[in-house]
Amino acid sequence: MTTTTAETGWHFRRPSVIPGFGLTLGFTIAYLTLIILIPLSGVVWRSASLGWADFWTIATDERTLQALKISFGASLIAALVNVAFGVLVAWVLVRYSFPGRRIVDAVVDLPFALPTAVAGIALTAIYSPNGWIGSLLAPLDIKVAFTPLGIVIALIFIGLPFVVRTVQPVMEEIDREVEEAAATLGAHRLQTVSRVILPSLAPAIFTGFALAFARAVGEYGSVIFIAGNIPYVSEIAPLLIVIRLEEFDYAAATAIAAVMLAISFAMLLVINLIQAWSRRRYGYGS
Amino acid sequence: MALDHVLGRSPAVSAVTETRGARLLLVAVAMAFLALFLFLPLVAVFIEAFRRGTGTYLAALAEPETLAAIRLTLTVAAIAVPLNLVFGVCAAWAIAKFEFKGKAFLTTLIDLPFSVSPVISGLVYVLLFGANSVLGPWLKSYGIEILFAVPGIVLATIFVTFPFVARELIPLMQEQGTGDEEAALSLGASGWQTFWRVTLPNIKWGLLYGVLLCNARAMGEFGAVSVVSGHVRGLTNTMPLQVEILYNEYNFVAAFAVASLLALLALVTLVLKSILEYRFGDAIAASNGH
Amino acid sequence: MTHSRYSRLLGMLVAGSVQFGALGVAFADTTLLNVSYDPTRELYKEFNTAFAAKWKEETGETVTIQTSHGGSGKQARAVIDGLEADVVTLALEADINAIVENTGKIPENWRSLLPNNSAPYTSTIVFLVRKDNPKNLKDWGDLVQEGVEVITPNPKTSGGARWNFLAAWAWALDEYGGDEDKALEYVAQLYSQVPVLDTGARGSTTTFVQRGIGDVLLAWENEAFLSLEELGPDQFEIVVPSLSIKAEPPVALVDGNVDAKGTRKAAEAYLEYLYSDVGQQLAAKHFYRPANPEKADPEDMKRFPDLKLATIDDFGGWKEAQPRFFGDGGIFDQIYKPAGRN
Repeated sequence: MTTTTAETGWHFRRPSVIPGFGLTLGFTIAYLTLIILIPLSGVVWRSASLGWADFWTIATDERTLQALKISFGASLIAALVNVAFGVLVAWVLVRYSFPGRRIVDAVVDLPFALPTAVAGIALTAIYSPNGWIGSLLAPLDIKVAFTPLGIVIALIFIGLPFVVRTVQPVMEEIDREVEEAAATLGAHRLQTVSRVILPSLAPAIFTGFALAFARAVGEYGSVIFIAGNIPYVSEIAPLLIVIRLEEFDYAAATAIAAVMLAISFAMLLVINLIQAWSRRRYGYGS
Repeated sequence: MALDHVLGRSPAVSAVTETRGARLLLVAVAMAFLALFLFLPLVAVFIEAFRRGTGTYLAALAEPETLAAIRLTLTVAAIAVPLNLVFGVCAAWAIAKFEFKGKAFLTTLIDLPFSVSPVISGLVYVLLFGANSVLGPWLKSYGIEILFAVPGIVLATIFVTFPFVARELIPLMQEQGTGDEEAALSLGASGWQTFWRVTLPNIKWGLLYGVLLCNARAMGEFGAVSVVSGHVRGLTNTMPLQVEILYNEYNFVAAFAVASLLALLALVTLVLKSILEYRFGDAIAASNGH
Repeated sequence: MTHSRYSRLLGMLVAGSVQFGALGVAFADTTLLNVSYDPTRELYKEFNTAFAAKWKEETGETVTIQTSHGGSGKQARAVIDGLEADVVTLALEADINAIVENTGKIPENWRSLLPNNSAPYTSTIVFLVRKDNPKNLKDWGDLVQEGVEVITPNPKTSGGARWNFLAAWAWALDEYGGDEDKALEYVAQLYSQVPVLDTGARGSTTTFVQRGIGDVLLAWENEAFLSLEELGPDQFEIVVPSLSIKAEPPVALVDGNVDAKGTRKAAEAYLEYLYSDVGQQLAAKHFYRPANPEKADPEDMKRFPDLKLATIDDFGGWKEAQPRFFGDGGIFDQIYKPAGRN
């Protein structure tokens, strides 16, 4: 009977012997609606009060576009850096034992716990021309604080734990026997890592990237200290929202927020779809 | 030889690990990266906090307004984290154990709070409960205050930390698949028994990570809370807001003292995790090596 | 099904809120909330103690004064969105006007209800330079010399920074005989030499003092004195330009809230006390220029040099100046348009 329903075409979910679907999905959707969707719909509703023409003017204003470009560009760079180094850090923490490993493991969460403003102040202090690292870079004519590069630094800081902490648990679960099998079959280490380990980590890496990226796009507190905030150069989109709020222009503020929301949502959706597709294609977890 | 001892696991697994040189190099690169982006800021915070000595540090923390901020932050985390924990487990169960239409869409909606600027996550509650909204004045007529009071701060914190537990569990549970649960069910276990005896042991480290992250972020959140707090001294200032205020008053030592406390709280939770790992080490080995 | 669960959750949430709402309410006889902006903390800390003592003596009532500090515009927004301030003591008339327009909780004519345009103390904009003034910056004209870096916050996000901008504008207008194009050219040049636009006044001070960026910080006089005192009298000095602006941080009673809370009497007395001998002395002590200098300690008054001051009325008042200079697409936005930059 199950097969017939499956073959008759559309069905909401693939049948499974596992219980609790209604309960967990119901609660998930209820909680999601209450905490996220209803409040966020307020943003959309407020920006809708503008009318399409005004909304379009604000969204395509040169300064808005530039700010969005800076926010999304810097976030992309930061997320890519975090994927490369985050996977490495996770690997080192999971696979090797070395002095101080536990402390390092603990410190990875720091960007979450430290208020973003403190992070911004601390990073600015380190990377400004009279700081520990800034003073080393100054003779090379490299400026970090108060330039777009500073934005990237702050976004790397706040995004790193996302990659490490999504990859780490999955890495711990990897079955060593598969690696041993690969080695027995004559694969050398690099092949084992790139053909066996990395593919099984791919969903987690993707997730980590998406989260680090998404988080970076909206970040405000730490960036404003290190960015310089010059319009068209180092002005991020969230700062533009604050500027509109300071003008008591809620509609314009929510319009920029809605644009950011739409772009982020579209990007996250694409990433999640790719992941779902690759899971079906390569059959992880089934 | 000493290095072998430090870096190696044991000779028996050499087929599934890298050469000593490669290991050293990887550790060195990872540590250099972390030093640049994590350790230096952390060290900077502690150096600033102890600039005037331990006495001043402790005195700064003993200020009544600071103590009130610490209490408030702990209260908020104690409400927000368990709620998101329950949600996270439910969402991960529904998403990882079943195939249904619109799953990627639902996952994306769960991710959404990460990409909402903290400025906006606070603002949404202002729009919902503010004096110019429909709900705000109605609730107020019953004496219920949301905005500029503890409930608003809790709501903003829940919003910001919403995806943490779910996002930690979903990839993990997808990776593990449904085989164990199906086996348990076919042996006659009930749904709840399967969850408690099979699923939970399998996911507990991921779950713990998720909770720790959620907790750290809940205590450290600044932007969203700043919008809904009202900044009344000793009443609605959380620790991160207190840091900002102290810093703006040129009271740098006290500001960094409170900040260092937040960093310490994160470290303490991680130490707790290590102790758990140590005490229940055998159980973990068993659950991983099935 | 989803619906019933939803309403149950809402019920839980509401029940929780009631409990927490109750926690916050532990009133003494009267509690006043003064919603203020960042730099007034030291002033009001002392003033609140003085007022509470006076109130106790006069009425026998205990009054507790809570304070909230933050950026001026943000604080105004909080009051608009329902923060129940009894009095507001902000940096800008425009911020109080916003409360008037958006809530009606403050009467239109609030500015005339208290003496001196409802500004019990004023300040002005001065330069903070590094010790011995290495670049020899004496007046506004020197700031646009090549290689001079100017630190000032973003007028879009910082109320105080709007006074900085207007002071520069006033000087340029005076210098170039009222030629607005020349004035625009001057401020455009000035802001092209600003390497960092911090979002708040205190952020700019940190950039200048702690990070060592820039040659001159445009600052409120009271802020300049305070940073000198707090951060290093041996590292910086104050330069007073030939012309500046009279910055009037206004105060107002939030009628709508005091009537709802029954705190009108105490709140009115609180604001009036700002104009008393004690209030004026404390203002001068904390580096604000008192509205009635004769009431303050002459020793404190010595530090305020005489200088030519433009006022906001020269700009047609805040109602006109705000949109013209700082509104969306206003003069400040124009000087940052890529085509208009040099």
